[in-house]
Formats: sequence, structure tokens, C-alpha cells
Amino acid sequence: MLEKSMVDNAIEAEAPASSDLASDTQATISAEIMDLQRQYFEAPAAETQPRYDYPPYRSTILRHPTKDFHHADPETIELIAPAFGPRDVDALEADLTIQASGDPIGERIIVTGRVLDGDGRPVSAQLVEIWQANAAGRYIHKRDQHHAPIDPNFTGVGRCLTDSDGSYWFRTIKPGPYPWRNHYNAWRPAHIHFSLFGRQFISRMITQMYFPGDPLFDLDPIYQSIRDQRARDRLVATYDHEVTSHEENTGYRWDLVLTGSSSTWMEPEDGE
Amino acid sequence: MSGEPLVATPGQTIGPFFGFALPYEGSEQLVPPGHLKATRLTGLVLDGHGDPVPDAMIEIWQPSADGRIEPRPGSLRRDGYTFTGWGRAATDNTGRYSFTTVRPGPTSEGKLAFFAMAVFARGLTNRLFTRAYLSASPDAIAADPLLGSLPEDRRRTLIVTQDGNELRFDVRLQGEEETVFLAFPGDAP
Repeated sequence: MLEKSMVDNAIEAEAPASSDLASDTQATISAEIMDLQRQYFEAPAAETQPRYDYPPYRSTILRHPTKDFHHADPETIELIAPAFGPRDVDALEADLTIQASGDPIGERIIVTGRVLDGDGRPVSAQLVEIWQANAAGRYIHKRDQHHAPIDPNFTGVGRCLTDSDGSYWFRTIKPGPYPWRNHYNAWRPAHIHFSLFGRQFISRMITQMYFPGDPLFDLDPIYQSIRDQRARDRLVATYDHEVTSHEENTGYRWDLVLTGSSSTWMEPEDGE
Repeated sequence: MSGEPLVATPGQTIGPFFGFALPYEGSEQLVPPGHLKATRLTGLVLDGHGDPVPDAMIEIWQPSADGRIEPRPGSLRRDGYTFTGWGRAATDNTGRYSFTTVRPGPTSEGKLAFFAMAVFARGLTNRLFTRAYLSASPDAIAADPLLGSLPEDRRRTLIVTQDGNELRFDVRLQGEEETVFLAFPGDAP
């Protein structure tokens, strides 16, 4: 077990250096994660979002804001959201298994769910974008140097618009876990990146969906940057046999709640 | 409405590998470069050492040049005529982002005009919001609800500088000149 001072020193030593050295061990990172988790148990206030300042995720060290956010009332353009429509997104873009002439390799899955605002109302006709690694844990991104194979039949990119009930739907391949350089022998749990728009620009968010029971959860400083277990759980999809289809694919369900509410929006012309 | 608002889903970092997925052809061109009123909004995204962040993504959302807010589809497949008000740009190897757009107009008499901006990057565990204001008279700046509530040295981090037809706005994630980032009512801790 590492002394806390060693953990602090490790953070100190890392701070001015590149975050891609991959020099620390998983034990060092895990000890830091546990330490920050312990601090959270002792803290009075509940958190539901990740910490920007989360040193076990080394790249945050030079990139997290250090000054308090300025509380502002949203104005005009911030209270509404960009619009997207059928001209922007082809219905076929929701199926990541049909983007090439051949079938991609891996476990075929459907991921579906609903996007709700803070009042529980469906966010309809909004853009949902996903991107992910392939079944072997490889992104087609040129900077991904992982030795796993690229799948010529899989880009890992999908888009759709939410229905009137806020629901989205994708068919894809279950992504594999992949290595990264946060520390030595660092592996990310399998995940799908989600990009979402709400009713208001200030509802804009990007997140990651995980799969239930992933053995890498405890080791991953990105997932653990959300210190509240209940909050972390909100990123984990549920296996749903109702979504699974006969001889076709397994199914996962994942609902999202965006900040902001429809009831706070008033036309700016009102009263003028 | 009744009852507590639902708890928002946590954000997560955009990670390093979004370049093949989120930016698309024309994503940074709210108007074509040949547009009569085309201007460039550009800047650097910098970390706490002042080093460029080459894997950040900036989104802007703005009114038209005459201050109208009319959300229109078509951002993902731009036709060169429809002003959608929204754009997306990844930073390049030097940490620079660039948009081709028009200067946003004030949405009503006396209001300051600004680009609403969202910032994403590897190493940022969640998005950041800020505003890039067009410069204005000292009186107008002091009267603005947001700018007027900030000390002088923080205020200037939110105001674009102009160089010819180019608007410049750097985003400093950390440090002395750190950009003012915004929290809105309803944001969860």
C-alpha cells in the first residue's frame, strides 16, 4: 500500500511533465483514485458530475480550470439550441453495421434509450452522435497506435435524430477495451462516446456509455473522475432482452437526462 | 410543473480520438469564405503552461449579423445559403481553431453581441461554456450583466480582439489569464 505522501509526490512530479509518459503504475493510479474517493465519502456535498481537477487522469493536470466558474444567467442564444433535421442526418447513419460492403466483425448490438430534459420531458428532434472503437479496441483515428486490427467494414461513427418521445436507436458492434498512455498498462473500459444537444445550448454535453459489469471500472481514472457511485452508474447501460432480437443482435438500453428545462425558456419578444 | 428536477447524466471527456467522428466537411464554415460579410473567428486553446492544446474542439452558436435567432437545420450538410448559426472546429497541431462566420448582431437594442461557445478537449472531464463578446464601448461593457459583474482583468478574457477582418479569441484553460468559464442555473456540481 502506498503512503499518501508518495501519492502526492507522484502528482507533484507529474505536474510539469508530459501526460503521455506512461511511467506510473496502475497501483499508483489506483491509490490516488482511492484517496480521492475517501475524501468524497468525508465531504458533505453530493457530486453528480466529474471533477475537472482529477490528477489520476494525468491529462487533466494542465487542462482543468483553476478559477471558480462564474455564475451567469443564460441569455438569448444560450436558451435555445441549434436545430437539426432530416437534411442533416440520413436514417441509415444510425446503423453502423451497414456502412461498408461487408459485415463488420464483432458482437452486433443495439443501443437505444431516451433523451430527457431536467423536467423529464422528451428531447425530440435533436442530434445524437456516437463514435467508438471496433470490436478489437481500435479506433480508425490516425493517432491511434494500438496494434489491434482496423476493421475495413467499420468506421465506428453514427448519427441519429431523436424521435418525438426522445428516443434514439443505434445498431453497432460492441467495442473492445483499449490501452492508453495515462500510466503503464492503462486500459479503458469498453465504451461508446455520445454527443448530445438539448433544448438549450447550455444543455450541450458529451459523455461515454459503458457496459454493465466491466472489470476495468475500478481501474479507470476517467470513469472514476465521477466520484459518486450512483452518478457513475448513470453511465452504464442495462442489458435488455426486449431490445435483443432473435438471431440478430443483443440489446442495451441507456437513458440520458440533460440539464436545463423547457419551462425556463420564454420567448425573448414576450413583454417587449 | 412539480417535483424535483431529474439528475443530469454526467459528462465525460471527449477523449483524443474524436477527429474522425465529430468534425465534418464544412463544420467550421457558418458561411462560405466568399460571403460578403465573412469574417474569421480564430484563436488558440492553451493549457496551464501556455502550450497549445492540439486535441480540443470548439463549438459556437450565434445570432445572425442582424441579431436574429432562427434555428435552422442544415449545419451538417451546408448549402451555402442557409445561416444555421452553429459551427464546430477542432484545433490543429498548433492548438488553433478557426471559423468562417459573420459577426453576431445584438439580439436587441443595447445588448452586447457575443458568440456562445462550448469547449471540449482530451483532459477536460466535461464541457466548458464561455462567451466571446465583440468589443464595445467601456460604458456598454460595464452595463452588461455578465461583463459588468467581472473584475477588469477577468473581463478581457471574454472579449475578442480584432485584427483587420479577423476576430481573435484565445481559450486559456488554466492559469493567470484563464478564460472565464460559466456556470448556469441548473448545472449540477
